[in-house]
Amino acid sequence: MIKIRQLHKSYRTEALSLHVLKGVDLEIGSGEYVSIMGASGSGKSTLLNILGILDTYDSGEYFLNGTLIKNLSETQAALYRNEMIGFVFQSFNLINFKNALENVALPLYYKKVGRKKRNIIALEHLDRMGLKDWAHHMPNELSGGQKQRVAIARALISDPKIILADEPTGALDSKTTVEVMEVLTDLNREGITTIIVTHEPSVADATHRIIHLKDGMIEYETRKDNGVHVATHPQKPRMA
Amino acid sequence: MTDQLHEILGTLKKNKMRTTLTGLSVSWGIFILIVLLGAGNGLRNGVMRNFSSRAVNRISLWPGTTSMPHKGLKSERNLHFTESEVELIRNELEESRLITARSNTSQTISYGSEYGSYQVRGVMPNYFDIENLIIAPEDGRFINQLDMKETNKVIVLDKKVADLLFKDESPLGKQVKVGQIMFKVVGVNTKKEQWGGSNTYIPFTTAQAIFNPNRKFYQITFTVDGLVTKEENDRFNESLRTLMGQRLNFNPEDKQALWIYNAQSDYVETMKIFSVITFIVALIGILTLIAGIVSVSNIMLVSVKERTREIGIRKAIGATPASILKTIILESIIITTIFGYIGLMMGIGLTETINFFMEQAANAQAVSDEPQMSIFTNPTVEVGYALFATIILIISGVIAGYLPARKAVKVKPIEAMRQE
Repeated sequence: MIKIRQLHKSYRTEALSLHVLKGVDLEIGSGEYVSIMGASGSGKSTLLNILGILDTYDSGEYFLNGTLIKNLSETQAALYRNEMIGFVFQSFNLINFKNALENVALPLYYKKVGRKKRNIIALEHLDRMGLKDWAHHMPNELSGGQKQRVAIARALISDPKIILADEPTGALDSKTTVEVMEVLTDLNREGITTIIVTHEPSVADATHRIIHLKDGMIEYETRKDNGVHVATHPQKPRMA
Repeated sequence: MTDQLHEILGTLKKNKMRTTLTGLSVSWGIFILIVLLGAGNGLRNGVMRNFSSRAVNRISLWPGTTSMPHKGLKSERNLHFTESEVELIRNELEESRLITARSNTSQTISYGSEYGSYQVRGVMPNYFDIENLIIAPEDGRFINQLDMKETNKVIVLDKKVADLLFKDESPLGKQVKVGQIMFKVVGVNTKKEQWGGSNTYIPFTTAQAIFNPNRKFYQITFTVDGLVTKEENDRFNESLRTLMGQRLNFNPEDKQALWIYNAQSDYVETMKIFSVITFIVALIGILTLIAGIVSVSNIMLVSVKERTREIGIRKAIGATPASILKTIILESIIITTIFGYIGLMMGIGLTETINFFMEQAANAQAVSDEPQMSIFTNPTVEVGYALFATIILIISGVIAGYLPARKAVKVKPIEAMRQE
């Protein structure tokens, strides 16, 4: 599903150049349940943004579902995001003047699905998240957990192949964290490739594969074996 | 498309305050534009009407007193016209069209026990068209060539005179006494003269025979064709002066020997002034509108900045740059058009209201029989402007929205969503 080779990314300002990703090799198969961990500044969010075609990379290759994602026009990028990827963010990123239903339906608007049809589909997804009764509430009338579930419903509405979640539980208390993780785990069980960036070990533990980033490189990976994560292939750091 | 409108209207409705503030500047711009154009039109219409109550291309001549000696003749000679000058103008000046001589005497006119002292003008049939008199079919006719040829004793009365002498009776075909001589009334002029309008008209030939034994008279009026610019009119005035100077023996440079009133050159001058006024008015209006557009653009820019996060989210979930661009520009067009129309309606409403009261005032004046002298008539803007305004508003919307839309397109989703 995802194949990355020798990915490099620098942020250049006038004063300095910050080398964030220093040659990342990564392969994620279809239906995998993966988390990316690392200290802040390790490049995990940058990696996720590149995976989500929200950001570009300097060198290397990124294949998404067999397609090379490089030098895409913004229009093409928007199309792939709309077709392939569902985003879940730490701060939910709901549009605050639209109610839950309208927020969930929005991706379908950009897919040019008719208003009636997309509202029906959006309501189904909300129902699945247990939020049918909240469909017409504005985001500021919802709790954090509810907001995140609305955001997940919105990520799911365009039937994405991949869910990319950037600290999805970062703004939630421990109880709702569990709820949201249950939802994400359920989705993965249905076959959606799920990638979560987190720095919470409890969240990472729920996934089947943990990729540890350090200083822009993959330090090591763990895979779940009989419910326990064991380190596999500790990658030798390459010289950047 | 309707879906997109729905989406945009949804956004606008959720942000009523911002939308209204944005729109009001456009309303104001259009309002000012309409009111100014209306005022400009009103001024033009008013003056045009005062002009068009007579033929515009009209030239009048009065003989004066020479102030320079000429060809052995001394100065201070009093000049006068004879009928041969009428023929001269008709034949020698190819631009001349309708021509009439005019003599004036003041006579007592009586019918039964009613009488009054009125101007009796000896005029030729063309006078009717030159002065744009109005005689409805049921009010009879004006003086004609046959009257001229046979020196008929017929008279045309102004409405005011007819009303005073005849009260409720019909004056047509009745005999009135002019001085000591009986004249038959053949017509009633209902056009209100600028300076009161209690004149009567008899054939020029009759006037010369009865009231003017020495055949002298003091006014010739004629219309000209083909003189458009001020320069042409000035040149024509000069050639007229030269021609009359040869005939009446005065120096063409002697301005006091012949008085010329050329309505056309006045008209040309006035029109020139109006072109300038219209231009200035339009300029002010358009500048106001531009100020409106700039402020819409400005507020849209702020709004785009405020909505960076929203735009970022939309992009992350699949909005293409084109759709963002279209949304912002359409939003701008909708704001300018809706609020522009509000301004348009208010502007038209105001000008129409003023017009309504002015017409009422004018009607009241008509009853009181005052001369209609208004320099402000029908200060409204034609409906055709509405279509023009629509196009202007849409263009304004595009212009106002373009810059903010470009800015919105450049929004990077990650950075936008990082903003809290």
